[in-house]
Amino acid sequence: MSNTDIEIVVEDPTAPEADSPAVASTGVVDVVVSLLLLALALTLGWDNWRTGAAWDSTGPQAGYFPFYLSVILGAASLYGLATAFLSRKEAAETFVTRAQLRRVMAVFVPTLLFCLATQFLGLYVASFLLIAVFMRMVGKIALWKSLLTAFVFTAAMFVTFDIAFDVIMPKGPFEAAFGY
Amino acid sequence: MEAFGLLMHGFAVLLTWKTLLLMMVGLVLGIFVGVLPGLGGPNGVAILLPLTFTMDPTSAIVMLSCIYWGALFGGAITSILFNIPGEAWSVATTFDGYPMAQQGKAAEALTAAFTSSFIGSLVAVLLITFLAPMISSFALKFGPPEFFAVYLLTFCSFVGLGREAKHKTVISMSLGLLLAGVGMDTVSGQLRMTFGSTDLLRGINFLVAVIGLFGISEILLTMEERLALRGHAAAISLRVVLSVWKDLPKYWVTLLRSSFIGCWLGITPGGAIAASFMGYNLAKRFSKDPDSFGKGRIEGVFAPETAAHASGTSALLPMLALGIPGSGTAAILLGGLMVWGLNPGPLLFVEHKDFVWGLIASMYLGNVVGLVLVLTTVPIFASILRVPFAAVAPMIVVSCAIGAYAIQNAMFDIWLMLGFGVVGYVFKKIGIPLAPFTLALVLGNRAEDAFRLSMIGSGGDMKVFWSNGLVGSITTLAIVLLFWPVIDRVFGGVGRLLRPAKASI
Repeated sequence: MSNTDIEIVVEDPTAPEADSPAVASTGVVDVVVSLLLLALALTLGWDNWRTGAAWDSTGPQAGYFPFYLSVILGAASLYGLATAFLSRKEAAETFVTRAQLRRVMAVFVPTLLFCLATQFLGLYVASFLLIAVFMRMVGKIALWKSLLTAFVFTAAMFVTFDIAFDVIMPKGPFEAAFGY
Repeated sequence: MEAFGLLMHGFAVLLTWKTLLLMMVGLVLGIFVGVLPGLGGPNGVAILLPLTFTMDPTSAIVMLSCIYWGALFGGAITSILFNIPGEAWSVATTFDGYPMAQQGKAAEALTAAFTSSFIGSLVAVLLITFLAPMISSFALKFGPPEFFAVYLLTFCSFVGLGREAKHKTVISMSLGLLLAGVGMDTVSGQLRMTFGSTDLLRGINFLVAVIGLFGISEILLTMEERLALRGHAAAISLRVVLSVWKDLPKYWVTLLRSSFIGCWLGITPGGAIAASFMGYNLAKRFSKDPDSFGKGRIEGVFAPETAAHASGTSALLPMLALGIPGSGTAAILLGGLMVWGLNPGPLLFVEHKDFVWGLIASMYLGNVVGLVLVLTTVPIFASILRVPFAAVAPMIVVSCAIGAYAIQNAMFDIWLMLGFGVVGYVFKKIGIPLAPFTLALVLGNRAEDAFRLSMIGSGGDMKVFWSNGLVGSITTLAIVLLFWPVIDRVFGGVGRLLRPAKASI
């Protein structure tokens, strides 16, 4: 078998290294998630109890159905907690390595900033910034390509949603300057 | 033959230039979504749903379902050419599809995949055409207790038959049901679980959650992987297509068996993933030459693709007939129905004939058009993978945000989407399944209403769920399925005890 017929090759220059050390094991994350779910179940259960989880003349009260669901959720999380402590096999598995976490953060942090920017600058400006900066910084793509792609995509979204389909997006001072 | 006449009417609804254009747009977008890494059927449909908000329901569902067919077709392209399954159900296609591409038979493999997808879908659509109206007219007699029993059956079968750890399915499901209850209680009008927040007053929107859980979390997961890829380029010539089609009748047993498996697993919540593997394994077991599988045998492409598509399509049957989605994507389409102001359930067949039959007709037409489209445009779509992920990822994020915002025009929903993105990422990594969550979130309110209405009707007596033969048997079946793993083990144990005794006689 020769490789001469391979025609499409895409490189990934910032790929996470395979031998990167683990940041957390699945077992630890399992325990943390179970505890969070248990806390959620307790909070929601308490709130539903307050709303009224009993019966009155018209049938079950508003909190009846969700209250028992909270109980089920709590019980399942407790069970999950117990199995997470008991099973040693799964616990040793890697949840995420350091290199992977770095890459995930490289998407998550810009996404978080994008949401913040949307709140203050409007969605379209935020989207232009996100695409341009992400392509330049994470993808190491030429500046002009990044700017052009960001502009074309944002403009296309604006035309599709705000103009063609009448789906109105949040706007900021920039759009206001143009009268939108 | 009433169904046939109505189907013809459906075609008449579809055959306008506008609808056909939307169909093409949907298919192209769908294939695009299916080919791109980090996106798939449910994500694509969820993200593109806002586009349809201002359309009439029939155009909207035609476009959305075409996105779905497109995504199903698109998954096969990356599996065969790049050995990267775009979707979990395409994994089995890579077993023989990629070796075929390595041997320079990529065009044959692709033709086989697309053709068998087409056949699988066609069988499932035929099933829907004739079975769905029957089931829905039967279900018209259902009252609240029957509906609650059917919901219970759906939830229980997920727990009992799912492959994941049982408590994780239960967690996922109860969480979904709980979040569905946030906001105003539909029966008494009381507020619950809002903790004084005005944003939570509206409740947690199903589509916002789905966009976060599938769209955002998938991007995070994809970034963890090494994204470099090498693959084969292929163009399909008419000669290859005809030669593959000429051999098709030889494989009729495989095609039929896979279609059957797919339809069965699609209607019950087994899913396309299980169907594709089962189709592949059975084809291998019944083959005269099982060792040749995995080395580039065309049957190994036919079997899983037919099953996956039959299952993906037949998952729409319970959604149309009963208002219960059989898969994640069907759940999202169901969410769409509610946005367009339609009430899913058996009444759909009575009240919105145009819509239902338009959708069913679009399944036929969409698959035919899709087949022609993918066969002619494979090289273009394969080259989409040249676009670096660093350019695709932020665009997907923006599309997700637009989608989440557009549903209720609320900035809060964008934050909610981000939150669900993180939740989805962590859940997927520790093995908490997301499908039961999605299903619970979309069915939660309806299940609760059905439960409370039956309780009010019976004056709080649980016996209402066993009050007649129909509801009684559904409820009992639900409970049997819930404890199926336990029952299975008990029977297995009894069987093992009996067998040596028999042998000694």
